[in-house]
Amino acid sequence: MDLIIPTISQGLLWSVLAIGVYLTFRVLDVADLTVEGSFPLGAAVAASLLVAGWSPIPAIFVACFAGMLSGVVTGILTTKFKIPALLSGILTMIALYSVNLRVMGKANLPLLRIDTLFTQFGWISEDPQMVVFAVGLFVVLLIGVLCYWFFGTEIGAAIRATGFNPNMIRANGVNTDVTIILGLLLSNGLVAVSGALVAQSNGFADVGMGVGTIVIGLASVIIGEVLFGTASFWRCLISVVLGSVVYRIVIAVVLQMGMPPNDLKLFTAILVAAALALPLLQGKVKERRRRAVD
Amino acid sequence: MLRIENIAKTFNPGTITEKVALTGLSLHLAPGEFVTVIGGNGAGKSTLMNSIAGTFFVDRGKIFIDGEDITRWPEYRRAKYIGRVFQDPMMGTAAGMMIEENLAIAERRGRRPTLAWSSSEEKRQEYRELLLSLGLGLEDRLESKVGLLSGGQRQALTLLMATMASPKLLLLDEHTAALDPKTAAQVLRITKTIVEGRNLTTLMITHNMRDALALGNRLIMMYEGRILIDVAGEEKKRLTVPDLLKMFEQAAGSEMTSDSLLLS
Repeated sequence: MDLIIPTISQGLLWSVLAIGVYLTFRVLDVADLTVEGSFPLGAAVAASLLVAGWSPIPAIFVACFAGMLSGVVTGILTTKFKIPALLSGILTMIALYSVNLRVMGKANLPLLRIDTLFTQFGWISEDPQMVVFAVGLFVVLLIGVLCYWFFGTEIGAAIRATGFNPNMIRANGVNTDVTIILGLLLSNGLVAVSGALVAQSNGFADVGMGVGTIVIGLASVIIGEVLFGTASFWRCLISVVLGSVVYRIVIAVVLQMGMPPNDLKLFTAILVAAALALPLLQGKVKERRRRAVD
Repeated sequence: MLRIENIAKTFNPGTITEKVALTGLSLHLAPGEFVTVIGGNGAGKSTLMNSIAGTFFVDRGKIFIDGEDITRWPEYRRAKYIGRVFQDPMMGTAAGMMIEENLAIAERRGRRPTLAWSSSEEKRQEYRELLLSLGLGLEDRLESKVGLLSGGQRQALTLLMATMASPKLLLLDEHTAALDPKTAAQVLRITKTIVEGRNLTTLMITHNMRDALALGNRLIMMYEGRILIDVAGEEKKRLTVPDLLKMFEQAAGSEMTSDSLLLS
């Protein structure tokens, strides 16, 4: 039972990543692998600044800015140089591996006895896990409201339209290069924030912590959509956050049931592959039934 | 309003799939002219349309709108002056967004989007009245996603969107070709009302000779990347389908079955 709060807290911190992945995968309709580099980038930048004596909130803002820059790099590669979005993301991701090592100066940067966002808000509760939960919840609510507002504005509507139909939005006078870059910027800014939060909660930043983040993000998005629906943009945001929490609960349960932690990524990949294949398989089953009736 | 000077376009030059689409075409549209464009497959109708819209750049020649040289303007920048309806009903609207959101985007055509909230009650009332004018019952469905509409409804909506922020030029690229005959007639009726009612300078491609004769005040027929026939005013009004075919044979020096035009 005492695992519930930490599990939900982890879900909340990672849900910021999931919202970022949702913005590219669903809103912009591109699978952006930059995430695998911008997540540890956010962690690396925030951790390095904290070690250098910065206070947590400015450090998170700088981490966010660094993540946004990485999104812009991918955006420029794919729009200005016409490199396919998937490859653009991979290129930035690989480049960021070196960048992250340079930022941290080594592969792993511990945050022992260093003031983090969570120690700073230690007054909220005696229990450090409750602090992570409360701070995580506040950050997610703040980001959710900001996203909802932004995507309701004219610029936000133009970004959403770009994902649905680039032809349509170009015919209405919007430069889709700009909207795509802007979407990737926002997405990777959020992903970096998530990295910064997770690093502070775990007590370290690691150059390898980005591996598989795209799949974790996708798993959260898909679980959320299936369980909680996609009726409106607001609903989608809530679904993605809840999806991230449910994903963490599922992971906690299978680990409790004795699955070796090393198999976690295999498990997640199978989960996402199955979820992505599901609509097609359902269609095939329906088709077969229809034929059988005919 | 629109001046095209000697434009040419070849796709995939120097390869086995090379296709000469436009060969030195010039065209001048006076303000308020409603021009229908006909021609067989590969005559260059769509290439002409896309050259004007900026889907790609022409190899040579110049394009002016209202005296402004737009030849090297990217597509999104030209949208400030040009409203478009595509052949594919899916192309002109964002399926996953509400009718209201699509209209709001169209209303801002050519203006840089800002951080202002995209919709308001005042606007919604305006949109309802506009939709009412279509007579398709869409006025009560502002919050429906466009993907739920039929092809005809989507084309009518796209037409409304293309003309909302008064374009200097309206491009209709076989916008009824993908619809069933009854819906096509309905969309054509709406087209006529909007274009003639607001005196919009319009270029309309059609594969149907009868529509080309019935609508507009000028007709051009394209053949092998150039304009072969160009009739306007009284002469166009008196024209019949057999007349057109005869004119084509004389001008092109080859025979054309009415089928190849009507059905292509």
